[in-house]
Amino acid sequence: MKRHLISAADLSRDDALLILDTADELAQMADRPIRKLPTLRGRTVVNLFYEDSTRTRISFEAAAKRLSADVINFSAKGSSVAKGESLKDTALTLEAMGADAVVIRHPASGAPHRLAGWVRGSVVNAGDGTHEHPTQALLDAFTMRRRLGRLEGLRVTIVGDVLHSRVARSNVLLLQTLGADVTLVAPPTLLPVAVSSWPCEVSYDLSAVLPKTDVVMMLRVQAERMNAAYFPTVREYSRRYGLDGARMALLPEHAIVMHPGPMNRGVEIAAEVADSPRSTIVEQVANGVSVRMAVLYLLLGGSDPAGDPGGDPAGIERPVSDLAAAVTAEVTR
Amino acid sequence: MHALHPAGAEPAAGSAGSASAKTSPGASSPGASSPGASSPGPSAASPGTGGSPAGAGQQRSEPLADGKTVLGPDEISRALTRVAHEILERTNGGSDVVLLGIPTRGVPLARRLAARLTQVEGRPAPAGSLDITMYRDDLRLRPARTLGHTAVPASGIDGRTVILVDDVLYSGRTIRAALDALGDLGRPRAVQLAVLVDRGHRELPIRADYVGKNLPTSQREVVQVLLTETDGEDAVVLGLSPAGGPAVTEAGR
Repeated sequence: MKRHLISAADLSRDDALLILDTADELAQMADRPIRKLPTLRGRTVVNLFYEDSTRTRISFEAAAKRLSADVINFSAKGSSVAKGESLKDTALTLEAMGADAVVIRHPASGAPHRLAGWVRGSVVNAGDGTHEHPTQALLDAFTMRRRLGRLEGLRVTIVGDVLHSRVARSNVLLLQTLGADVTLVAPPTLLPVAVSSWPCEVSYDLSAVLPKTDVVMMLRVQAERMNAAYFPTVREYSRRYGLDGARMALLPEHAIVMHPGPMNRGVEIAAEVADSPRSTIVEQVANGVSVRMAVLYLLLGGSDPAGDPGGDPAGIERPVSDLAAAVTAEVTR
Repeated sequence: MHALHPAGAEPAAGSAGSASAKTSPGASSPGASSPGASSPGPSAASPGTGGSPAGAGQQRSEPLADGKTVLGPDEISRALTRVAHEILERTNGGSDVVLLGIPTRGVPLARRLAARLTQVEGRPAPAGSLDITMYRDDLRLRPARTLGHTAVPASGIDGRTVILVDDVLYSGRTIRAALDALGDLGRPRAVQLAVLVDRGHRELPIRADYVGKNLPTSQREVVQVLLTETDGEDAVVLGLSPAGGPAVTEAGR
């Protein structure tokens, strides 16, 4: 596994399965009386959020806290960013404070990639612009595997605003790595130009695809990123690409309905579908904590990220963690 | 208890080396023969469990090339039978006993002991597993490890007598981690420890209640436990750790 998690494409099949298997073990912890592990004691995780978020930020915070890491929450509002501080200067501030991992959400695609060059700790992408959101893809894959028992050969249909969706991009990349077959369904205006180069099928007819689907993932219509008219009216979009009760009936009996949240009830998904037993929307949130715990553990739990036998390839020293290791050795002596 | 693994104990390292072998920290001093007094070298901060690559199937060990077999299948079987009887004696019939094996090789041992308890008392003895990876004190000395599986029997552990089961007792650090892990799972009435081999060289004030075989060793030696369930055969093998081998250079220094 690489030192940073910036794109779902960074993960090999073995890395991805290791994360999912680790998350499986960690998910057991939710049933325990004491939901805390001492593993990351003394490590610091900074949540750097330049964009609004409820579940991702809370989920990362819960994951880090359950592993006993110290969590520093940073949101752009009410910080020096409001006074015009640049990302780099903020990064250097975090660096000086000794962050072992930085979880970043940023409206600009590529911000985590830039950040990775400035800090010594691990960078975890929690959503950058319209680019990627790898932990969401991991928790989606985890949810599918838990519900349906496998990922290999699974037929996954991703529906809606693919153009603005970092969730769709990360899911396509990860699911392809894990052997699932992905079909994107969207109005032509909401598909990226280069979608033909993505490892997936494309369709414009939701009703035709649903009967051949094991997992249908509805994407949110991202009105805040839409500065042009991508479809005539919300009602027309909802008619053609929304999932209502009648459409859900077209799905095979075992199929599940996913949504990364937050939902626009009545637009891409009808309330009766969102609240049906086939919907995994609440489960996805619970699984998010387990998967993020697994990611943080595998990136921070050892001297190097799991499966990285060669140590730090870039030769970057990690004084904070080295110091911590020395202290541990001292104490145990 | 286990310390380092000479080679390829890490799943990531991929080598089939000796996943179960417990070797010396590589800092053996002449005074090492007196366990309590020996000052653990830098590597002593790494307790080590069975190395426990959790991915089933990749943890199989080949017997050490130049190793000497100390216990054969019959001797292991007899030792476990004796330990099972001792458990019944010490726990007044073992009605409240829960056996928890520490992955990798403690788990099949716990199951074997449970089968013997059931056979003798005619009452099922619950057995499970307890992964201690997240509680280890040497996590930062090596790349992040794969987690083992924790399965607590449905009866739970509150108010029961929990018997921890492991293959080799060496530094005692695995057991310390197991006690911490147990504390997060519930509150047993009592905790006891059963091991197949006690090889000495304790680094913590921990001792076993039930021992299959006391095996005096030098810290330079490696004790390798092979079990049918994980390795295709039953044997305890004693060998020399490869001098300056990967484990010593990797974690020892």
